[in-house]
Amino acid sequence: MNDMSRLDKTVTNTTKISAKNVNVYYGDTHAIKDVNVEIEDNTVTAFIGPSGCGKSTFLRCLNRMNDTIDICRVTGEILLDGEDIYDKRVDPVQLRAKVGMVFQKPNPFPKSIYDNVAYGPRIHGLARNKADLDEIVEKSLRRGAIWDEVKDRLHAPGTGLSGGQQQRLCIARAVATEPEVLLMDEPCSALDPIATAQVEELIDELRASYSVVIVTHSMQQAARVSQKTAFFHLGNLVEFGNTGQIFTNPEDPRTESYITGRIG
Amino acid sequence: MTDISQSPTPMGGAAGQTKGGSLLTQNARTRKRNAAEMRFRGYGIAAIVVGLIMLLVLVTTIVSRGTGAFQQTFITLDVELLESKLDKKGNRDLDDIKKVTTFGYAPLIKGAMESTVDALGIETGLKSKELAGLLSKDAAAQLRAYVIENPDQIGQTVEFRFLAQSRVDGYLKGRVSRDSIENDKNISAGQLDLVDALVAAGVIEKTFNLDFIIGADASDQRPEAAGIGVSMMGSLFMMLVVLALALPIGVAASIYLEEFAPKNWLTDIIEVNISNLAAVPSIVFGILGLAVFINYMHLPMSAPLVGGLVLTLMTLPTIIISTRAALKAVPPSIRDAALGVGASKMQAVFHHVLPLAAPGILTGTIIGLAQALGETAPLLLIGMVGFIASNAPETIADGLLAPNSAMPAQIYEWAKRADPAFYERAWGGIIILLVFLVTMNTVAVILRRRFERRW
Ligand SMILES: Nc1ncnc2c1ncn2[C@@H]1O[C@H](COP(=O)(O)OP(=O)(O)O)[C@@H](O)[C@H]1O
Ligand SMILES: [Mg+2]
Repeated sequence: MNDMSRLDKTVTNTTKISAKNVNVYYGDTHAIKDVNVEIEDNTVTAFIGPSGCGKSTFLRCLNRMNDTIDICRVTGEILLDGEDIYDKRVDPVQLRAKVGMVFQKPNPFPKSIYDNVAYGPRIHGLARNKADLDEIVEKSLRRGAIWDEVKDRLHAPGTGLSGGQQQRLCIARAVATEPEVLLMDEPCSALDPIATAQVEELIDELRASYSVVIVTHSMQQAARVSQKTAFFHLGNLVEFGNTGQIFTNPEDPRTESYITGRIG
Repeated sequence: MTDISQSPTPMGGAAGQTKGGSLLTQNARTRKRNAAEMRFRGYGIAAIVVGLIMLLVLVTTIVSRGTGAFQQTFITLDVELLESKLDKKGNRDLDDIKKVTTFGYAPLIKGAMESTVDALGIETGLKSKELAGLLSKDAAAQLRAYVIENPDQIGQTVEFRFLAQSRVDGYLKGRVSRDSIENDKNISAGQLDLVDALVAAGVIEKTFNLDFIIGADASDQRPEAAGIGVSMMGSLFMMLVVLALALPIGVAASIYLEEFAPKNWLTDIIEVNISNLAAVPSIVFGILGLAVFINYMHLPMSAPLVGGLVLTLMTLPTIIISTRAALKAVPPSIRDAALGVGASKMQAVFHHVLPLAAPGILTGTIIGLAQALGETAPLLLIGMVGFIASNAPETIADGLLAPNSAMPAQIYEWAKRADPAFYERAWGGIIILLVFLVTMNTVAVILRRRFERRW
């Protein structure tokens, strides 16, 4: 990956994902109601809102993880670089290689640290030989800010790491397939404050190369790591804008009451 | 126990006393609760003791009755292979030698018995026919087989170890006594006297009998020659069929149902029916096998292939149920992780879920196989019981298609026969069967322990 060229991009970022009139239903439950949002490249976008408001649901629409839920139905349009990801011709597997995901609970494979990271490149044929693969693994682990901690025990099981290390390993694993977008669903909710700080720092670094979307229930976290914030409430996207503006000068009264702690 | 009725009574006063009373003395309710707990533990221990006693009784009975089958009484004799009886023309032509039936060997055995008794100087009023009567009816056949193998030995004197007939064997094992043979045509008190003398002389001795483990079943008159080995081969071939069919079909069905199939009424019905199938009595599968595999498809009667097919039907639900449980036990986060890095559903299942479920699948398979190995009822209906095979199969096709029995069916067959010598063999067969089953279950337990949840 050629991240140097990405770094010196102009501040006005291009749109990476644009969602238009997205509705999601779980059977009869209307979980996401007519959401329109533009997610920019090289930006951390935070989704906040009270629990059950549909943040995860919407996030999972962006890489079609919802396809695995039988009763889930999505309508509307989600464009990635101008292409509708729900088009019939799109293979969700190909999409997920482009749009990586990190989950709430660290979920490394019960395999070695090396194999965890190498798995994605292997199935996508990104490495031509062992040396290539070694390089990808090292680069990804460095990008996951965990290389120094694990470089001496790459063949130890990934499940033997601490929670924070596991989550950074999962980030490294997601990064290894060279995605363009990284989705993170409450990546710090299972971590202690120190591990959280490390992951947050990492997210900030990742912004240089990816478009990052993070779901969080912590408003402080959203304020710390994101440039854009979307506030969801009962399936509606209530407000979307620059993080600074949302937290200091929200337009919608529901946003204001949420960030001041009156609904939650 | 009504806890509500005993509301705490406020205690107003005594210094140092909390309102609930002192912790150092047990109040009535605590005593009652502790007593109930003690009683419950008592019941539990009693239940375990009863279980252990039953197990102990079972094991001691089986061992005490069955170990006899592993030992057999042999008579060692020097037999002169007379040319005049075996090869009158003297040209060692194998075709001519084969024309001599076992009947023609009887004089040699009689002669050998007589000379042995004479050489030892034992006084006996028995006729030569009665002397030879101590030997198994198998002896002549054994002699004939040897001569056909080694025609050059004709004219020589060769030492043989013959099986003693089952009454002599029973006498040495304590099953037969002088009282018990009063009405027995097969043996007389005089013969037992001779047996005592020959035992003292070391001609008759009881030793370990490998042929019981590797040999074939024998006809009603020769219990001493019967072995379980051939039916063991029958069981082995059936297990191969079961393994080759039930494991792939069962695992494929489970993976499809668990990971790929949409959850709708159709899969619900399938699911319910698989559970029902697991509860169907095995004899039903037997009659199904008779109707479908033998009467309709015209596969041979008594063939391990058919037995294997029937047992496959029986084992499939067990394997499917345990495989699905093993797949369910793999946390969904592993599937999410794989899908999240762009693995396809199938890659996620085969690269990640299946390896994690493998120990559980194997455990279920082994337990299914163990059940199938011990199953008798369906085999009765497809003719795998009775005196069937006297030779071990030589090829795989033979093993699958030639009529054979199976271990539990063989045991049933022996237990059914009149001669008490067979009864002892039935117990011996049970020991062997149990060794197999316990080994398989132990492997299953070890597998389960070894690979228990590593995530
Ligand atoms: N797999 C599912 N099946 C049915 N309903 C679901 C499922 N997942 C989420 N929902 C419903 O969708 C709504 C939004 O859930 P979710 O996106 O998980 O909220 P959040 O992540 O903001 O807490 C909730 O009302 C929840 O009950
Ligand atoms: Mg959520």
